[in-house]
Amino acid sequence: MRISNQWLLEWVDHGLSPEELGHRLTMAGLELDALEAAAGEFSGVVVGHVLKVEPHPDADKLRVCQVEDGSGSPVQVVCGAPNVVEGMKVPFARVGAVLPGEFKIKKAKLRGVESFGMLCSARELGLAETSEGLMPLPADLAAGTDVREALGLNDTILEVDLTPNRADCLCMAGIAREVAALTGKPLCMPEISPVGADVDERFPVSIEAAADCPLYHGRVVRGVNPGAETPLWMREKLRRAGIRSLGPLVDVTNYVMLELGQPMHAFDLARLEGGIVVRRAHKGEQLTLLDGQEIRLSEADLVIADQAKVLALAGIMGGEASGVGDETRDVFLESAHFAPMAIAGRARHHGLHTDSSHRFERGVDPALPSRALQRATALLCQIAGGQPGPVVEARGAPVEETAPIMLRASRIGRVLGARIEDSEVTRLLTALGCQVEPMAGVWRVTPPSFRFDLSIEVDLIEEVARVHGYDRLPAEVPPLSPELGGVDEARLPLSRIRHLMADLGYQEAITYSFVDPQLEALFSPDSRPLALANPISSELAVMRSTLWPGLVKALKYNLNRQQERVRLFETGLSFVSQGDDLKQHPMIAAVATGARWPLQWAEPSRAMDFFDLKGDVESLLSLAGGDVSFESARHPALHPGQSARVWVGGEPCGWLGALHPSLVSRLDLDQDVYVMELSLDAIRQGSVPKFTEQSKFPAIRRDLAVVVDQGCPVSRIEAAIRDLAISSLREVVVFDVYTGKGVPDGRKSLALGLILQELSRTLTDQEVDAVMQGIVKKLEQDVGATLRA
Amino acid sequence: MEQLQNLIRDALKAIEGATDTQALDALRVQYLGKKGVLTEQLKALGKLPPEERPAAGQAINRAKETVNEALAARLEALRASEQEARLASESVDVTLPGRRQAVGGLHPVTRTIERITDLLGQLGFQVAEGPEVEDDYHNFEALNIPAHHPARAMHDTFYFDANRLLRTHTSPVQVRVMEQGRPPFRVIAPGRVYRCDSDLTHSPMFHQVEGLLVDEGVTFAHLRGVLDAFLQAFFEQSELKTRFRPSYFPFTEPSAEVDIQCVHCGGDGCRVCSHTGWLEVMGCGMVHPNVFAHVGIDSERYTGFAFGLGVERMAMLRYGVNDLRLFFENDVRFLRQFA
Repeated sequence: MRISNQWLLEWVDHGLSPEELGHRLTMAGLELDALEAAAGEFSGVVVGHVLKVEPHPDADKLRVCQVEDGSGSPVQVVCGAPNVVEGMKVPFARVGAVLPGEFKIKKAKLRGVESFGMLCSARELGLAETSEGLMPLPADLAAGTDVREALGLNDTILEVDLTPNRADCLCMAGIAREVAALTGKPLCMPEISPVGADVDERFPVSIEAAADCPLYHGRVVRGVNPGAETPLWMREKLRRAGIRSLGPLVDVTNYVMLELGQPMHAFDLARLEGGIVVRRAHKGEQLTLLDGQEIRLSEADLVIADQAKVLALAGIMGGEASGVGDETRDVFLESAHFAPMAIAGRARHHGLHTDSSHRFERGVDPALPSRALQRATALLCQIAGGQPGPVVEARGAPVEETAPIMLRASRIGRVLGARIEDSEVTRLLTALGCQVEPMAGVWRVTPPSFRFDLSIEVDLIEEVARVHGYDRLPAEVPPLSPELGGVDEARLPLSRIRHLMADLGYQEAITYSFVDPQLEALFSPDSRPLALANPISSELAVMRSTLWPGLVKALKYNLNRQQERVRLFETGLSFVSQGDDLKQHPMIAAVATGARWPLQWAEPSRAMDFFDLKGDVESLLSLAGGDVSFESARHPALHPGQSARVWVGGEPCGWLGALHPSLVSRLDLDQDVYVMELSLDAIRQGSVPKFTEQSKFPAIRRDLAVVVDQGCPVSRIEAAIRDLAISSLREVVVFDVYTGKGVPDGRKSLALGLILQELSRTLTDQEVDAVMQGIVKKLEQDVGATLRA
Repeated sequence: MEQLQNLIRDALKAIEGATDTQALDALRVQYLGKKGVLTEQLKALGKLPPEERPAAGQAINRAKETVNEALAARLEALRASEQEARLASESVDVTLPGRRQAVGGLHPVTRTIERITDLLGQLGFQVAEGPEVEDDYHNFEALNIPAHHPARAMHDTFYFDANRLLRTHTSPVQVRVMEQGRPPFRVIAPGRVYRCDSDLTHSPMFHQVEGLLVDEGVTFAHLRGVLDAFLQAFFEQSELKTRFRPSYFPFTEPSAEVDIQCVHCGGDGCRVCSHTGWLEVMGCGMVHPNVFAHVGIDSERYTGFAFGLGVERMAMLRYGVNDLRLFFENDVRFLRQFA
């Protein structure tokens, strides 16, 4: 909302500088966005009276003018504007004037003719974006008057950000009421008196959609002058509010909207047939709007129609066919109240947002239509003449009366934690236009019709606090009782996991939860990703079912920026559709590529591999300490020979592996990339530690070298040994894997270290030998192992 | 006797000339061993006349002692220099870097969320979570934002279908927490939120932290007290000025936006605060009775406050980050600054 301070001062003499006023409004919840000068910076421009216009001797497009500038003797000015005519008054920049943009006016010679100054257009004075020719000034201005004075240009525009509940402030009347309440200064309403009928012509109005349109006022004005021009004062007010002047008929309706808050519409009476009907549209009806856009209507749309056709989208925008134009002589003015629910959402549905829909969606004072219509009629007849007919009024379902609200003094204290004097409460609410009846500890408050955001007690408490001033209310830290409990020791804090990943050399990334559907399909070809109905771009169109696409994209981003070794991790939700159900799983994922170690001197350098990532995964899984296993399994995004499903506590909980080489090349990555993804719920679930006694007797280590088939996973050997349930076996460690000379083709040699220990005694050699024999025999049976020669 | 003196002199000279412990040991054997020169002399005592034996014996023993002492002294000296030599050969360039994995780090958004949850945790606020794909009811309806409410236009919502959407704020977690329990409540809900808006200062995904305190006797004064204390602690400025401005959120009333004194210029006015001296950091207010009604809490008995802050905004102000988009580019050169 743009507020001209000068216009506001006509309503309330607030006595504040624009900065102070902006601060007061901000602190009352009407946030000042910007202060803006009403016109560009210029000086030395006066009202010029064009006395004589003659052709330029050497240029077809230039004219030589004699201009009276109040100095007594006419000044010669060469002018190129096509609309310059004798007798007109225009802004005249004298020699020495400075126009916006530090443009200094000097004496000049144009095609051999001397020119002492410049006649100006509105654009040249910073009063319009574009102009066609000179800016005509009212004839009654005296030549020589400073233009800034004459047009009241030393004005400041306050751009205020209004919250959706304060639709009452979308007009000068509302802002002025607010400022009067805040400053305690009197409000001076402009006089609005009824305009009587000159002709007895009633254009019939009927309301079919009674709930949508509680009230419709209309009236005919015959014989307006199509050549009339909007007076400068009105054009200036409109301009400062950000509205373009479109001729008196439209300007008057816009002006009344800005002044009083009532959106209005002017129809060309000649194009109406039979009478106004306010109704819902019929399915399939069409309407060409004022902006030329053609829309298809449905029963959800409220329309203004006549007997033959739809005329306008009620409360949103008029139709092209029934709108007023340069030829219009007879008009029908509409000033109606539409229910917010009838308008809400409809403009957006059609891709529209208008000053009218903005107001009706939020709510317009239902008491306004009659006053606004009188005001508009008076202004129109004053500017363009015409003979008004009587006001026609049609009523739909009545607007609910504003019910009185009981405001308890005790409740003010309970909500605000402050005591506000009773007299202050009464004063503040009264200043806001409420009817206030103080009773014992209670006020009976009836809000004004324009404040239908006030309907319950706390609405009034907020008003009291707001106008009293939040900065005058107390602040105190509440006496919070300490609360113990709620710490599940078996559940690993997420921060512990993140910190471990960081310590393992991974940098945390945060990538978008929505990804490119093509990328998503590369990583999870079998999933049905959840698609956004209104994505911001096609590259951010579906919800990720895995964190890998985003992380791999981030990895690539870094590889493209001279990073050769990239390790990233992320935690966040994955979105997996299961039938009609959507699972939102918290996941942790990581991607890594490049050398095992950062560039260094101490170790032979090598590229990272599967087991480097697996080591990190194992570190992560060891935090909660559950029962973990890895299983060779295929994943469409992973290298078939280097991919593992991870099991925790007997449940599959994720994957790790090398990115599939074909994916690596599809993504234009030039190096191997390793990825993992685990369910956070699974890896965070541990158990509370339970003490077990440690043996005080020596442990015995025996090593065993067995030869098995290449394809035999170590996990099978471990399982076979586990099968034996040897009570003294503490640990089995693989400490060498060998193929080559001395081991038959297709076989591999594994060196196992076995640690044996009893809790209550020292093991004898015979016992250990027996255990080892048992293991060798079991491995021979289960996995065809032989002892290495 | 003269022979003995010569012998001692030769021995001492040889010992002095020994360059390692092995050579020294050979000398010990040569002089003092079972068949050593001095041992042989002792053995030869018997051949002397008895009256000469004591004196000769004493002289030989003294000679043995002298050689022994010389050997010991030399041994100590040799050991010391050998140790020195070994240490010298074992010395390393301690300025070479150590072997290690480079430590990674947390994202500045996570770092900020951890800081916020730590601080508010000290006041007893527990972390709560909720889904990011939300339903219309929890994101809007239950928060007193019915269909077609103008406030919905401010939310630029991403939709999946008529009912499902990406949450536009963390406030639905308030509703879920209150649905699932009984007052009192003291929770914060950090997390991702989404708005269909992307430009220099808007990201389609960003983070908020929601706070909710519901109990008997909670007031707007308490809201101010808690947020003042929190903001001062977050920015580590005990004198940090705050400003509560009336605002409008459908789910709180009274509602406020909270400004802090500009942390860049101290309130004098600069580019960061658009020369106002103030920076808007969060929205807050007293829980609206309609929200309580949706979750079956008696608003006559209980009152509460809620607040929501933008994490990226807090991180930008705290760490001086000047471009929102940096948070989601995941450039490791940017990220490493926060490790």
